[in-house]
Amino acid sequence: MSLNKEATDATAIGDVEGVTLYDVDHPAPVIEAPRKRTKKTPKATRGNFEMYGWLFMRLSGIVLVVLVLGHLLIQLVLDGGVSKIGFAFVAGRWASPFWQAWDLIMLWLAMLHGANGLRTIINDYAERDNTRFWLKMLLYTATVFTVLLGTLVIFTFDPNIR
Amino acid sequence: MPAGTLYRGREGMWSWVAHRVTGVLIFFFLFVHVLDTALVRVSPEAYDDVVATYKTPIVALLEYGLVAAILFHALNGLRIVAVDFWSKGPRYQKQMLWTVMGIWIVLMVGALYPVLGHAVREVFGS
Repeated sequence: MSLNKEATDATAIGDVEGVTLYDVDHPAPVIEAPRKRTKKTPKATRGNFEMYGWLFMRLSGIVLVVLVLGHLLIQLVLDGGVSKIGFAFVAGRWASPFWQAWDLIMLWLAMLHGANGLRTIINDYAERDNTRFWLKMLLYTATVFTVLLGTLVIFTFDPNIR
Repeated sequence: MPAGTLYRGREGMWSWVAHRVTGVLIFFFLFVHVLDTALVRVSPEAYDDVVATYKTPIVALLEYGLVAAILFHALNGLRIVAVDFWSKGPRYQKQMLWTVMGIWIVLMVGALYPVLGHAVREVFGS
């Protein structure tokens, strides 16, 4: 095995002619795959939040297509479009638990879907740590306020407020 | 700037840009919309007053824009789901975008009369 002798004698690095340190009798040492998990690998500390966020955007998106396009059809197209909307119209629809549930689910899904989208956009474009932090705090505050307000309105609606 | 270094993505990039822009617009409208709806807890008059602005010709035009943004975001969102979950999605992403745009145009033409009809009657009489 003159090739091997030459290589080990000279240097650990094979030269440009393609001389190799290893052959069948002298196999290269096995290097463990860098991401191989062992018993000693520490538990992940970050969890799968971003993956669940990604999944949520797709699942809520599919549901929202139905809820929002149905909402647009009822509010803007059918039965005179926007002209018929008024307190009486709202009272008529929210008399039914079906439409209450429709609007409640739509409110929650749309707000969370939109908030997560805006969170992504803030993370992408706000470069300073402080700016990013405060923009997200503002976003979360506005989101919580709007979701709670909308929920309260749906549950406490009183057709006989006058 | 040296020639040819500016990234000018094609259908994929521009649909991504449009998805972001329409998403932000819709989200901001949603805040306003929850607030105006909350007026039903104040009084029927307060609610009807604000809803009256939604019936003016200029706001009708904005509503048409809102419908445009929502329809694009919805249809392109379904395309994104297909790209992510359908094994052949990435290969057909361009064809799916042009399908989205085709459906979008048809629906926008269909929304013309229902959304803008009353505004046109108000502006031009009859």
